[in-house]
Amino acid sequence: MWVIKYRKLFYTISITLVVASFVSMGIWGLKSGIDFTGGTLIEVSYPEGRPDQAEVIVKLAVIDSSASIRPSTTNEGEEEYIVRMKPIEQEEKSAVISALSLDGSSPVVEKNFSSVGPVLGAEALRKSIVSIILVILAIVLFITFAFRKVAEPVSSWKYGLVAIVTLAHNVIIPTGIFAALGHFANYEVDTLFVTALLVVLGFSVHDTIVVFDRVRENLRNKLVGKAFEEVVGTSISQTFTRSINTSFTTLIALIVLYFVGGPTTEHFALVLIIGIAAGTYSSIFIGSPLLVTIEKWGKK
Amino acid sequence: MLLIIAAAIGYFVYASEQSGSSKQFHLGLDLSGGTHLVYKADISKLATTDISDSMISLRDVVENRVNQFGVSEPLVQTEQAAALSSKESAYKLIVELPGVTDAEEAARSIGATPSLEFKLVTADAMRSFQASLTEFASTSEQQAAYMELFKSTGLNGSMVARTNLEFNTTTNQPIVGLVFTNEGRDLFAKITKENIGNYLGIFLDGKDISVPVIRDAILDGKGQISGAFTIDEAKRLVRDLNYGALPVPITLISTQTIGPSLGQVAVSGGIKAGIIAFIIIAIFLIIWYRLPGFIAVIALACYIALNLAIFKIGVSPALLVIVLFFGILSMTWHKGFLFGIPISYILLMLVPGALNPVTLTATGIAAFILSIGMAVDANILIFERMKEELARGKGIWESMHEGFDRAWLSIRDSNTSSIITGIILYTFGSTAVITGFALVFVVGVVVSMFTAITASRLLLFAVAPAKTSRLTTFLISNGFIKLKTKH
Repeated sequence: MWVIKYRKLFYTISITLVVASFVSMGIWGLKSGIDFTGGTLIEVSYPEGRPDQAEVIVKLAVIDSSASIRPSTTNEGEEEYIVRMKPIEQEEKSAVISALSLDGSSPVVEKNFSSVGPVLGAEALRKSIVSIILVILAIVLFITFAFRKVAEPVSSWKYGLVAIVTLAHNVIIPTGIFAALGHFANYEVDTLFVTALLVVLGFSVHDTIVVFDRVRENLRNKLVGKAFEEVVGTSISQTFTRSINTSFTTLIALIVLYFVGGPTTEHFALVLIIGIAAGTYSSIFIGSPLLVTIEKWGKK
Repeated sequence: MLLIIAAAIGYFVYASEQSGSSKQFHLGLDLSGGTHLVYKADISKLATTDISDSMISLRDVVENRVNQFGVSEPLVQTEQAAALSSKESAYKLIVELPGVTDAEEAARSIGATPSLEFKLVTADAMRSFQASLTEFASTSEQQAAYMELFKSTGLNGSMVARTNLEFNTTTNQPIVGLVFTNEGRDLFAKITKENIGNYLGIFLDGKDISVPVIRDAILDGKGQISGAFTIDEAKRLVRDLNYGALPVPITLISTQTIGPSLGQVAVSGGIKAGIIAFIIIAIFLIIWYRLPGFIAVIALACYIALNLAIFKIGVSPALLVIVLFFGILSMTWHKGFLFGIPISYILLMLVPGALNPVTLTATGIAAFILSIGMAVDANILIFERMKEELARGKGIWESMHEGFDRAWLSIRDSNTSSIITGIILYTFGSTAVITGFALVFVVGVVVSMFTAITASRLLLFAVAPAKTSRLTTFLISNGFIKLKTKH
């Protein structure tokens, strides 16, 4: 089976991507959204034309000198500013709105306003981290449980271990890409991003399980006499089309969502697309070949 | 038969969406537009045993105030000691006001409820303070010293049952009449009995508005506040006190206002994305899997109709337990136990109030679209397996049986991981954005497992040709020749 034969090539591709992701995270870091750090995000549109950015910044500096502002245009062609600043109290909000409208000379329509206190932000961050840990733990336990009867020649917890490696791979790559996107296109990492990563975890283990499942079945059945390498190879080729096709239909839905679903879920869909693509790759080209590699190590 | 049921469900979804129906989709705030406020409740001054009662009365009081806005379907809920909250923000009050975009006004009206307190000063202390008035360096120091005279009595606004506007018969000044609760009446009686000649300060939001001398013990639980009010001020005070001073102080820690236009974009985008995704997936299925693919498309349509109907009819936490229970039974015993889930669901439907409609958010719609892509997966697993069995030279019927039976293990295992993820997300989700996603996601995965082994199965066996011929083999098999020979 060519996937097993050229496994070192596939490992190299993955390792390169993972290292590149770490480098990207290291250099640029992740831009955290206000739901983690606390802060205010305001989106206003200007039906009578958008005023000069510099003028607005000067006005805003009175309230928060570190406020950042970025122009944006909606699909309907409305000109907007998206402002990000420190958490503000209700009483300060009208001052902010009037600053954005240059004291009323450029009327604004407030489209979206959210302000998150630092306490709530810290809580969201803590919850996100715990969710990630729990999901990984639950999935590994589940795989170990589901494959408990497969002991030879690779014990069941090793299936779980391999699953962790592929899961880490599937999460690191989209995170690395978002670090780069954060630097170049202001993409932020927020609770929705973490949600997407968790869905990637749950979904990509899907594909890994399908292949492992087949390995399990083939080990039980007629293929007992054959080498483990061959059993895994046969299992991959038997499940190849279905792995690609199941991911393909999901990717269709996500790509459509990305393009027509509207701005709220755009980045969310992107994380899922990258993560699920990485997940499909890793379950075919990394997960099962790793079983073979582990089995070979065990023999030495 | 199945198709008729599916069509009926589809019609229900469609018909109930017409205006005036009570079964329209329940849209989240991010889609309908409105204001979402999160308050932190300060419980540091409460005894541990009082906390949960106080939080309940806090919710009731705020609900009362919110109802004054005339907002349709406002939501007021408390969140107590939620998982992983830090100590300082363990108790929260969440207020959702659909359609209200002036968060400032809303927050003011909710938060501005006065806190009413009664504090004592002995006559001696008051006299010595007045004698020493000239000794203070500034008026602020004097004010601070004055405030220190007052000692807390434990009597406060939460012990006021009712207030009304009255007028002093001689001066015609507006006064606020108080009627205490039973508890308040007893405390008020005790205080007044023990402190005749002393002063009872009435504090509103920490400011003294009136400091009358206690002349007699008042046993009937009625009191008066006679400050220098205008009629409007007295009226407002009466109103605020009637809706209740807040039993727990709250501070706003998060505000979110969503303009209605943004929600409309998300809804129309979501619907469009759903339809387009369905069409592309349908084309792919039919081209690749031919007859079974066509069946899968119909099964997918059933899935969509069923799912949308469930969003309207509702779900409940009890369902989660039911799903887990039958899920485990089906894993360890026989997959037939899965039918326990729809049967329990139908039983729950008969219990009024047992199910709450699913609140759809932008992320919930995304989850639904994602689930359309994922719902097909089970079919693909089955069909691929069928193809293999056919290739081994088995007959069509036998291949179909084998396909469903063997693929079941994979379907079960792979969906379990998604359900686990969904449940963790729902439990630890910090905002409606995430719980909205997780709920739809879990419902989608469970329903898709069910339709794959019922709708797809029944339909496929119904149309399956009895005899194997070139044509039928072509119809049932799938993929392209090239890809087949590749491995």
